[in-house]
Amino acid sequence: MLELMVNGRTYPVDVEPEMPLLWVLRDHLGLPGTKYGCGVSICGACTVHLDGEAVRSCTLPVSAVLGKQIVTIEGLSMAGLHRVQQAWIDHQVPQCGYCQTGMIMAATALLAKTAQPSDDDIDRTMTNLCRCGTYSRVRAAMHALAAGSSAPDTGKT
Amino acid sequence: MSVLVSRRDFLKASAMLGGGMVLEFCLPVTSTAAGGAAASEVNAWIVIHPDDRVVIRIARSEMGQGTFTALAQLVAEELDCDWARVSAEFASPNEHIRRDRVWGSMSTGGSMGVRSSQDYVRRAGASAREMLVAAAAARWQVPVAECTAADGVVAHAPSGRKLRYGQLAADAARLTPPKEVTLRDPAAWKIAGKSVQRLDIPDKVLGKPVFGVDVMLPGMLHASIAQCPVFGGKVLSVDAGAAAKMRGVRKIVREESFVAVVADSWWRADEALRRVAVEWDLGGNGHASNETIAAMLREGLADRQLPQARKLGDAPAAMATAAKVVEAEYRSPYLNHATLEPQTCTAWLKPEGFLEVWTSTQNGEASMAAAAEAAGLPLEKVEVHKMMLGGGFGRRGGPQDFVRQGVAIARAMPGIPVKMMWSRAEDMQHGFYRPASMVRMRAGLDAQGNLVAMHTTIACPSILKVLMPGVLSKDGIDFTAVRSFTDMPYAVPNQQVDYAMRNGHVPVGFWRAPGQQNAFYRESFIDELATAVGRDALEYRLAMLKPGDKNRLVLEAVATAAAWGSPLPAGVHRGLAVADGFGSFTAMVAEVSVGPGGQPRVLRIVVAIDSGHVVNPDTCRAQAESNVVFGLGSILYQENNVKAGRIVESNFHDFRLPRLSEMPRVETVLVPSGGFWGGHGEPAILPLAPAVCNALFAATGQRIRSLPLKHHDLRAPV
Repeated sequence: MLELMVNGRTYPVDVEPEMPLLWVLRDHLGLPGTKYGCGVSICGACTVHLDGEAVRSCTLPVSAVLGKQIVTIEGLSMAGLHRVQQAWIDHQVPQCGYCQTGMIMAATALLAKTAQPSDDDIDRTMTNLCRCGTYSRVRAAMHALAAGSSAPDTGKT
Repeated sequence: MSVLVSRRDFLKASAMLGGGMVLEFCLPVTSTAAGGAAASEVNAWIVIHPDDRVVIRIARSEMGQGTFTALAQLVAEELDCDWARVSAEFASPNEHIRRDRVWGSMSTGGSMGVRSSQDYVRRAGASAREMLVAAAAARWQVPVAECTAADGVVAHAPSGRKLRYGQLAADAARLTPPKEVTLRDPAAWKIAGKSVQRLDIPDKVLGKPVFGVDVMLPGMLHASIAQCPVFGGKVLSVDAGAAAKMRGVRKIVREESFVAVVADSWWRADEALRRVAVEWDLGGNGHASNETIAAMLREGLADRQLPQARKLGDAPAAMATAAKVVEAEYRSPYLNHATLEPQTCTAWLKPEGFLEVWTSTQNGEASMAAAAEAAGLPLEKVEVHKMMLGGGFGRRGGPQDFVRQGVAIARAMPGIPVKMMWSRAEDMQHGFYRPASMVRMRAGLDAQGNLVAMHTTIACPSILKVLMPGVLSKDGIDFTAVRSFTDMPYAVPNQQVDYAMRNGHVPVGFWRAPGQQNAFYRESFIDELATAVGRDALEYRLAMLKPGDKNRLVLEAVATAAAWGSPLPAGVHRGLAVADGFGSFTAMVAEVSVGPGGQPRVLRIVVAIDSGHVVNPDTCRAQAESNVVFGLGSILYQENNVKAGRIVESNFHDFRLPRLSEMPRVETVLVPSGGFWGGHGEPAILPLAPAVCNALFAATGQRIRSLPLKHHDLRAPV
């Protein structure tokens, strides 16, 4: 039996040590907010926080995360919306929304480290794939957060 | 609305999952069984709770395009309720059939969601409003004409009395709907026409289980499948070997065209599947390749007996007397949809002979029909729960292959819900691809350089032939293969379009804006002609468009917004294109640069769109951004190659999507001219490839006649 620390709780899980964290979360802990997109760490839909770092959970064996704090989208904010989630609503970022939980986890980790990321920082760090094309809004939401607000800086009709 | 998963099952499932997410999607929002005072269904579209919450039922699917919200806006506009109290839910396909298809079409494609249901959903809203007013008038015993409704309240001005919709809904629901209603002039809209926030976004940023792959049911198992790598092949033999004994594995399912492993988690199912040895009967297509497909299309172009998709004047004769003839050949590869959520279907064959299906579908009714057929059950015994789609782009409408597979697996596991999900490789290699095509265009120009004759020959597999054979014309013309040529807006007196339907073994389907490759061909070629006669790309097009033509209006709008003709910074170049389709008119200016190593970079896109009316401006802008990114991937990188009968690409390393760092600035200019309803999910992809490639011509002098760009060396000649 392995013990995982997810979203501030300890879960006993009886799985193979090589099972990727993604599948432990989705199928064994009932936390489906973290998504499968490619299974080879390219798309980032499976992004979670591991001791505060954004990591891709689809190729990360569960044995490598024992004793570490795992945070998923479900645990990003224990009370209401996280300010990044609020900014995502204010900027109407998601379209289909499938990649957005991973996108939000990646953005949150970057902003936690670099409160005012440059465009370059965003380009280098936000490598999550979005098939719908929400990238401009992801960037705008992150800049708004860096400037201390979540809302778009221009009024819209 | 029937509650098909009982509340007890639902609580059991939540408990089993150890405090994970609850199964909110299983419980219809409007169900009176869910507790609280009874809500009233005023009509099929509108349910009003005593506390004034309004639930609007949506028949079309939501895949990111915003229809879920836009249709609710249209209903709410005519209902004249308080938008802050509105939520939406999907209409039940099973109930749809039992109620004589009360919600109209459930099909979600062709950018039709709003434009082809706007009339009846607005009528539903207006009709409900009139019923609420009549209910109030009856209660007050005053003439209906003395009562007015606004913002969720009916008022009787002479007496100053007011009643909220929530207080009237039960009475209103018992009234006979009015025969005629008057719809509001869009100029007076209060909810429609505004950038209200989308109703689906809060759940999506919270990671709630809204997608097909998120379904969790009591005792549910998981399945991964393998289909024959060569399209059309069949299973010959299966040697499960050690796979059957692997941890968590419950069953190896063998069907005619696929093998699936069912296990207690998807990873265990997929791991075991990799160890199952399957011998395939490849059918007759194991030797098909890019080369055989190109030869097939080339033979089509050479065919002299082709049916004509358009004939105006006498193009060959006019060509013979033209001052100048320009000819070019263009081509495009197959393209997968690559929805980020792979194909998925959860099916549960219940002991009482009822089948429940949860799936990400663009057509709930088609999913139900496919499920019923696969299960051998009448439609009444099947329910399909429509989930949010993790991308659709045309993949999840027509084929419904994933539903048939999910149901076949469920039949092998009676009484147990099984969630099937394809691996990324399976998804990449078993799509319904944007057709590969080849086109030859010949243009006859007069002494002034004006286009007087155009003869186009198109060799392209037919999407309709397989997916919608009834829509093919009697001569076998597939309109999706010939569009942008058969309806070319330019005033060219002699036109001929020949269509060579050449169907390979690769399944083809509706890929965002089906036929969009023709806009690339046409608008690039028009640029070639303008260049050949030394005329400006904008002026050349405008000269061929009649005054008042909406193509002309969007061209002028985009030219103004992008300051066409003004000086550009060093190294930046412009291109332009216009196209109409999916009910709207779209013109685009692209600004590009080319790096020293030949790397193309799209810097800025300015797009003008006339869709007649606009229901949610912000969603329309989002769709323009979406079309730019979706199209950009196909311009820069994407292709699906065929070798030994199978698709070569398997994941996002060899089928690249653009990243955030590659996103151009997109400026969308909405110029709705009123009087018609156009779509937004697809139109903006039409002018993208030609605008970008025309800009690259300006940058490099190279004319791009095939995509993707990764095959072109764009470095400046030494």
